[in-house]
Amino acid sequence: MKVAVQLDRRRRTLLYTGLSVTVVLAVVIAGSFAVDAASTTQLAGRNLSPSWAHPFGTDRLGRDMFARVLSGLRLSLVVGVSAAAISGVLAVLMACAAAVGGRVVDRAITWVVDLFLALPHLVLLILLAFALGGGTRAVIIAVAITHWPSLTRVLRGHARHVVSSDYVAISRQLGRGRWWIARRHVAPQLLGHFLVGTVLLFPHAILHEAALSFLGLGVDPAEPSIGVLLAESMRFLSAGAWWLAVLPGLCLLVVVKLVDAIGENVRALLDPRSHHL
Amino acid sequence: MTSALGSIGSRLIRLVLLLAAVAAASFALMAASPVDPVDAYVGGDIAAIGPEQRAQIAERWGLNDPPLERFGTWLANIARGDLGYSHTFNQPVADVIAGKFLTSLALMAVAWSLSGLIGFTLGVVAGVRRGRWADRVITWWAYTLSSAPTFWVGLLLLYAFSVSLQWTPICCAVPVGSIAGEVGLLDRLHHLLLPALTLSLVGIAPVTLHTRQAVAVAMASDYIAFARAQGERTFGLVLHHVLRNAAGPAVLLQFSSLGELFGGSVLAEQVFSYPGLGAATTAAALGQDVPLLLAIALFTTVFVYVGNQLGDLVHAWLDPRTHRAEVTA
Repeated sequence: MKVAVQLDRRRRTLLYTGLSVTVVLAVVIAGSFAVDAASTTQLAGRNLSPSWAHPFGTDRLGRDMFARVLSGLRLSLVVGVSAAAISGVLAVLMACAAAVGGRVVDRAITWVVDLFLALPHLVLLILLAFALGGGTRAVIIAVAITHWPSLTRVLRGHARHVVSSDYVAISRQLGRGRWWIARRHVAPQLLGHFLVGTVLLFPHAILHEAALSFLGLGVDPAEPSIGVLLAESMRFLSAGAWWLAVLPGLCLLVVVKLVDAIGENVRALLDPRSHHL
Repeated sequence: MTSALGSIGSRLIRLVLLLAAVAAASFALMAASPVDPVDAYVGGDIAAIGPEQRAQIAERWGLNDPPLERFGTWLANIARGDLGYSHTFNQPVADVIAGKFLTSLALMAVAWSLSGLIGFTLGVVAGVRRGRWADRVITWWAYTLSSAPTFWVGLLLLYAFSVSLQWTPICCAVPVGSIAGEVGLLDRLHHLLLPALTLSLVGIAPVTLHTRQAVAVAMASDYIAFARAQGERTFGLVLHHVLRNAAGPAVLLQFSSLGELFGGSVLAEQVFSYPGLGAATTAAALGQDVPLLLAIALFTTVFVYVGNQLGDLVHAWLDPRTHRAEVTA
């Protein structure tokens, strides 16, 4: 007698993806509820190590680290979602324009991509955050407008492939304009790559936001972002307050891995061939 | 011979064009920033000077000129080798970059070699044992490492080795209170160890994963099947047939990752208070030191570009097929 239904790999992947999405959503929801608790100071209970009452300990002002981490993760995810979405849309627009816009547009876009990749990414982010005057809004913009080049390269390749196909040639013969071809023929073909690429941009965006905040050039230091928490923890590390550094970073690592797994699984589901080698 | 000179020439021209574009773009960014240069320069003494003095400083610096004219002046100065004066370090920018870059170079070189060696070895092991437990462990570890924030890894190492075990110093490039010139090599290495390890851990993951892929492709090839049929053992197979094929992607990747290496060093130097160019970048941005920030943008562009070009050269030398394709095309 069989108790458990044997799941094939496709169903298993779907299940994992659903589970990961649920956990990430739960973090966002819990994070919004934790915003108040994250800024409540309790001077009687400062620098406590993890216990049942405070699973992640408390910081120098007695604020509950668990609430601060949840609220920080929510901020990271919000920044990550907006940045990845903006970058993804930019990449699709650029790729379509490069494919149908003729040689000059294609050259120009390739050149801009090369220009963005010429500087170390973090230096570019620092320059942008500086130019935009710092703060949460500046970080979102900086992270959003620096993550499209690599995705654009990938999408441009696929878009050119579509444009060189017979049905696009026929469509052109029938008198369809460039914009129509971009919308009706190129963009739908890019949808899968766009989805996967955007989800996989996510971890990069989150890690870059954390890095900028850690350096003190990112979100407002009063807001509990993971980068800010880790930067604060540095001063108390030599006093032995390991929980201030280890646990927030670990949570960020888990969330990034979850999002990464979602992206990889969606890719495996949409394009099963890419997963066999 | 002439073609070699020609290719060097064309590479140089491309670099100059790229630098011009980076210079224009970063200057535009700085000009658009809400930071007031006079405020940034005066700093804490802001209350001590009146509007007349501010106007005088602005006039002296040419801040009232149109942006295009300022850009022209700046570019002309750079062409003459004058990068400006850094008020955070109270030194000419060129001196700051030269001094700090040497400190960072030691760090980056050690980390770069370590990550290349470890990453390549792990990649070969994983590729040869594809699907076995060794491969699974290595692949899982590499994926986890690539999701971990650099500075967090640094903090963990700092806590484990400097705070708990006290094997390594907690900060800086030389012992606190000693003069940099009088410090021995051993002391320097001691201070370099942890930052370099942090930086190398970050670079390992991509090299491992790409090498694994290349080795797996090579192991599935006909020539490996043939060599195996002739009685070659796995070790010999790897040594004689796989290594050279797998080295190409790894080398290319390693050279093209200089940008990430520098980005990582910005974070690692912040964690370990290591006084290199990465820490100077952070200090320049926090201290609103525009000349230094602009010079660092230009300098790192050259750094990344040189890395890419070297990677191409070494790759062509390792894999003559790429070279021939270029000639026939």
